[in-house]
Amino acid sequence: MQASIETRDLTRRFGSFIAVDRLTLRVERGEVFGFLGANGAGKTTAIRMLCGLLQPSSGTGKVAGCDIQTETDGIRSRIGYMPQKFALYPDFSVEMNMRLYGGLYGLKGQALRDRMDVISRLLNLEPLLSQRTDSIPWGWQQRLNLACAILHKPEILFLDEPTASVDPVSRRHFWDIIAELAASGTTIFVTSHYMDEVEYCGRVAILVQGRIAALDTPVGLKTTYGHASLGEVFLDVVERAQTTSSTQ
Amino acid sequence: MSLALRIRDLIKDHAGEKALKGISFEVPEGALFGIIGADGAGKSTLMTILATLMDADSGEVEELGLDLKKDFKILRHRIAFMPQRFSLYPDLTVVENLHFFADLYDLDPAEKQKRLSDLLKFSALEPFQKRRAGLLSGGMKQKLALCCCLLHRPSLIYLDEPTVGVDPVARRDFWILLKSLKSEGITLVVSTPYMDEAKLCDTLLLLDHGKVLDSGSPREMLSRYPYSLYRIRGPKPLAYSARKEPPQGVSLVYPAGGELRAAVDGGMNASQDDLWKDFPGANASESMTPDIEDLFFALLSREQASLEKTVK
Repeated sequence: MQASIETRDLTRRFGSFIAVDRLTLRVERGEVFGFLGANGAGKTTAIRMLCGLLQPSSGTGKVAGCDIQTETDGIRSRIGYMPQKFALYPDFSVEMNMRLYGGLYGLKGQALRDRMDVISRLLNLEPLLSQRTDSIPWGWQQRLNLACAILHKPEILFLDEPTASVDPVSRRHFWDIIAELAASGTTIFVTSHYMDEVEYCGRVAILVQGRIAALDTPVGLKTTYGHASLGEVFLDVVERAQTTSSTQ
Repeated sequence: MSLALRIRDLIKDHAGEKALKGISFEVPEGALFGIIGADGAGKSTLMTILATLMDADSGEVEELGLDLKKDFKILRHRIAFMPQRFSLYPDLTVVENLHFFADLYDLDPAEKQKRLSDLLKFSALEPFQKRRAGLLSGGMKQKLALCCCLLHRPSLIYLDEPTVGVDPVARRDFWILLKSLKSEGITLVVSTPYMDEAKLCDTLLLLDHGKVLDSGSPREMLSRYPYSLYRIRGPKPLAYSARKEPPQGVSLVYPAGGELRAAVDGGMNASQDDLWKDFPGANASESMTPDIEDLFFALLSREQASLEKTVK
């Protein structure tokens, strides 16, 4: 079976700084893949390369069957990207934002209206459609953000800290939706600083200074490192990798 | 014990909505006081008012023994506020930002130099002092923001979700800094969406739709947990959607890390050893002690469920 995401030695340098260092990974279709790392570990740089928004310095990669260097247009129509920073128009209504994003992804007419119906039902956004985006609570704004990223039925969904500052109850609902999307075959590539959420992922990679320092299922990671929670595993992996690099 | 904060019946309408509907609570001097609540509960509105940046519609606030309404100008020299959004100058370096805020507070040159070097040491930002603030990592930005709050030696600090978007290592470091400020006797009022951080506070206030739903030490609040809580082993944690009705007799089912948890009404008298039988794919259930996140779910899930229903 063809992988959803496959990279080999993917590297990105900024001057002498190596932000992503020989990243090699394979993510299968319908997998929920957690991509962790400290701030500045290279997560966002890696995601931007996978989304075709940033050219790698070296290495290769395919996303949804498209080459990340030469077929970036193909990638963009097949993926959804929910960036870390809120990217919707605060003074537009919820519906206007959905129409705008649907249009940007090439949906129009009846097809766009049908998808907007389906998605607003899926995310319970129906009663909010006419409200100004900045007037609804933050957790719901993030739902709208997700709605805009999945209107065009992407094969792969990239979520960069989708639940930052979202309360535990709303986070729970957000993950229900993610689980439904994954069950219907969408590949999910997600970063988060909430270690309890990371437990919901099928596999988890921990990035330290641009390199994958650990990659396994949550249970595998806890067994290997001998910790009860992924939070402890994370601190352990990051500290070990940093000690190694500072003694070099 | 003297109080850093005494609040009576605070009311505020914000953008046509009742943001705060009569809030009363007290914070002892030197406390590490946590505010938690769902999005839109009124946490930021409350902090903005207490930080003297917005007027309440009615109610009384006594801050450091002074009246918030009358003495806000004096208070501004004695309190500090670290807002949710990064509010330093990204184009200025670390040390330039510190100089700028020190000048706003009119520190004299000798005092300024001493504070700057103390704070750079305290925050471990010394090696980065010439770096532009916009280029710092998320955790370092928040440490710098904290330092800018501390320049004028406030006795009371409000921090609005200071660790959002900050990785677990930097989050732990940030809380070590908060603890050391507490040990100097500074009163800290901090809001957070992370329940593992809430646990570190002396006292918690749970806000919901502009009202105080509960407050007390984490231990006191947990003693009021309304259900019997069980861990269900076997099924994948996300196998139970919040949209589905839980099995009969079970009030709440939700994933917590790698396991599923079930909250049972009045489970004290009934034996629940075979609770797992109601969950496809499960092979065991055991009773467990709730933590703050479980309590948060218990108190707010009903609220959220009724919202979802009206939404539908």
